[in-house]
Amino acid sequence: MNILVCISKAPDTTSKITFTDGNTKFNEDGVQFIVNPYDEWYALVRGLELKETLGGKLTIISVGGADYEPILRKALAIGADEAVRIDANPTDSNQVAAELANYAKANNFDLVLLGKETINYNGSQVGGMMAAMMDVAYVSNASKLDVAGTTASIEREKQGGTEVLEAQLPCVISAAKGMAEQRIPNMRGIMAARSKPLNVIAASGAAALTETVSYTLPDAKGAVKLIDPENVAELVNLLHNEAKVI
Amino acid sequence: MNVLVFADSFNGSAVKAAHEAASYGAKIANGGNTSIVTYGEISESSMNELASYGITNILHANGINDMDPARLAKLVEAAANETGAEVVIFSHDYTGKSVAPMLAARMKAGLVTGVIDYPSTDGSFTVKKAVFSGKALAEVKFNTEKKVISLLPNSVGKTKTEASANVTVFNPDLGTSSVTIKEFKAKGGEGILLTEAELVVSAGRGLKGPENWGMIEELAKELGAGTACSRPVSDIGWRPHHEHVGQTGIAIRPNLYIAVGISGAIQHLAGVNGSKVIVVINTDSDAPFFKAADYGIVGDAFTVVPKLIAAVKEFKAAQA
Ligand SMILES: Cc1cc2nc3c(=O)[nH]c(=O)nc-3n(C[C@H](O)[C@H](O)[C@H](O)COP(=O)(O)OP(=O)(O)OC[C@H]3O[C@@H](n4cnc5c(N)ncnc54)[C@H](O)[C@@H]3O)c2cc1C
Ligand SMILES: Nc1ncnc2c1ncn2[C@@H]1O[C@H](COP(=O)(O)O)[C@@H](O)[C@H]1O
Repeated sequence: MNILVCISKAPDTTSKITFTDGNTKFNEDGVQFIVNPYDEWYALVRGLELKETLGGKLTIISVGGADYEPILRKALAIGADEAVRIDANPTDSNQVAAELANYAKANNFDLVLLGKETINYNGSQVGGMMAAMMDVAYVSNASKLDVAGTTASIEREKQGGTEVLEAQLPCVISAAKGMAEQRIPNMRGIMAARSKPLNVIAASGAAALTETVSYTLPDAKGAVKLIDPENVAELVNLLHNEAKVI
Repeated sequence: MNVLVFADSFNGSAVKAAHEAASYGAKIANGGNTSIVTYGEISESSMNELASYGITNILHANGINDMDPARLAKLVEAAANETGAEVVIFSHDYTGKSVAPMLAARMKAGLVTGVIDYPSTDGSFTVKKAVFSGKALAEVKFNTEKKVISLLPNSVGKTKTEASANVTVFNPDLGTSSVTIKEFKAKGGEGILLTEAELVVSAGRGLKGPENWGMIEELAKELGAGTACSRPVSDIGWRPHHEHVGQTGIAIRPNLYIAVGISGAIQHLAGVNGSKVIVVINTDSDAPFFKAADYGIVGDAFTVVPKLIAAVKEFKAAQA
């Protein structure tokens, strides 16, 4: 099976978030970047498990600048066979999806896996866009995935319950918690990753259709109003009369 | 401007978030036509209710039930062409998250997901969304004529009007599906869906064990609230996974979030810091959650929660 896993980088959740250029750019100075958790823990690991049982090859891909390389090396250390970096500094999801779809279409993948969302922009956009651009099926938020022949068996959470479904390959699947267990790269993996191929290819020049014009920080919370544990009725009173939420 | 709103349905009625999306769409249309496209089994009273938020026209694809996002995207595209919509609105829920991006790619429209406010339309069309786990807000501008937006539920509220809509059966050719739904395992219980709850009672490891959740459920029931939990609690199996909120769970934005015995780690806050009012109950006055809270009680959940249940009961009796 020929598997493609899309990898994005994200600032570690504990990072301090600040902006530059008149609040139009995220300030990356001093920010620790990680592989987006859904991509690493679920999409990549499940992809590797499928490759290990069914045979084939697993390629990881990012649309990004040279700053993406340590992220791709980490994913190689976890077990991917080779990496591709499409050289661009994308500014919206359409641009990312178009570049990825372009590559995926030209290289005949059976299965494209990605994360259900990036934790910095929480877009949940790239997977659906890619599938539409490739004209293949899309299943989002999958918490279980198996493949037999050309059929993928999937479970996904949605409002009110869990949906059990089948999709015909090739297809695009976005991964959520439950699909696999996180793997920690070992020393051998890290050594091997150094000599695995990381191919940089030129972007096709896909366009961004939206742009972030400014960032703001939310208003600081006022100090918490503490209520005497002996007088819980006061909380109910405040929630009704002051906060007006009950 | 003409606007189209996608309304997802569940058990024969439109989902609650669709009402807010309908109202949002009508406001944006600002005198233009606001249409709804919906599908599958959906009752007449539910359609009337949708219409009452200012809708002129409902297109009902009663011929499809399969919920394959690729086919739903084709349906919405056909409806957008039919109604001349410039803006298409989804709710940012499970269905919206899978269909909206497919539609945007098909229509070559810009897409912004998880929008939390009305667009600003003077000169350019920009919308606001939370980014970086709620630590910042971004103002995003569309550079396309056609625009797709998904609205984060419980962000703008809804306003009824006197409108009533024309319902038209609408079954365009959607081609075949390469996705087959085999089974739907309902979560069971009569509880309020967490994704739709306006009030949420949530608990963490401070509760010590699953046997102690009775009081959390009772408080939620008294308030008409949904229940949620922190990640370790669902990891160890005290509570089902679908209740887990946070960076790796779901993000919610209720009017009221009551956190009991949860420390308030940044990864937890990422899922709940959009809540309008936060109440924290924790024995440790240094718990980080108090910094994100509006109201707090430093105390033991096992004595505070039963008192709170009693106080809510008393309040409800006084209101009745
Ligand atoms: C990458 C990553 C992603 C994560 N994603 C998530 C996520 O999505 N959601 C999430 O929740 N967590 C997530 N976590 C875990 C998170 O960092 C915290 O570990 C977790 O939220 C802590 O859960 P807790 O508050 O229930 O437990 P604890 O941190 O153990 O806190 C228990 C709290 O209960 C209080 N307490 C104890 N006894 C009582 C009592 N009798 N009455 C009242 N209070 C009491 C204690 O003072 C304490 O504050 C993630 C972690 C990582 C590293
Ligand atoms: N720049 C990128 N390069 C490769 N994959 C990406 C990139 N951005 C996002 N993705 C993938 O798309 C998924 C969804 O991202 P998003 O739509 O931004 O929430 C992520 O989990 C990644 O798997």
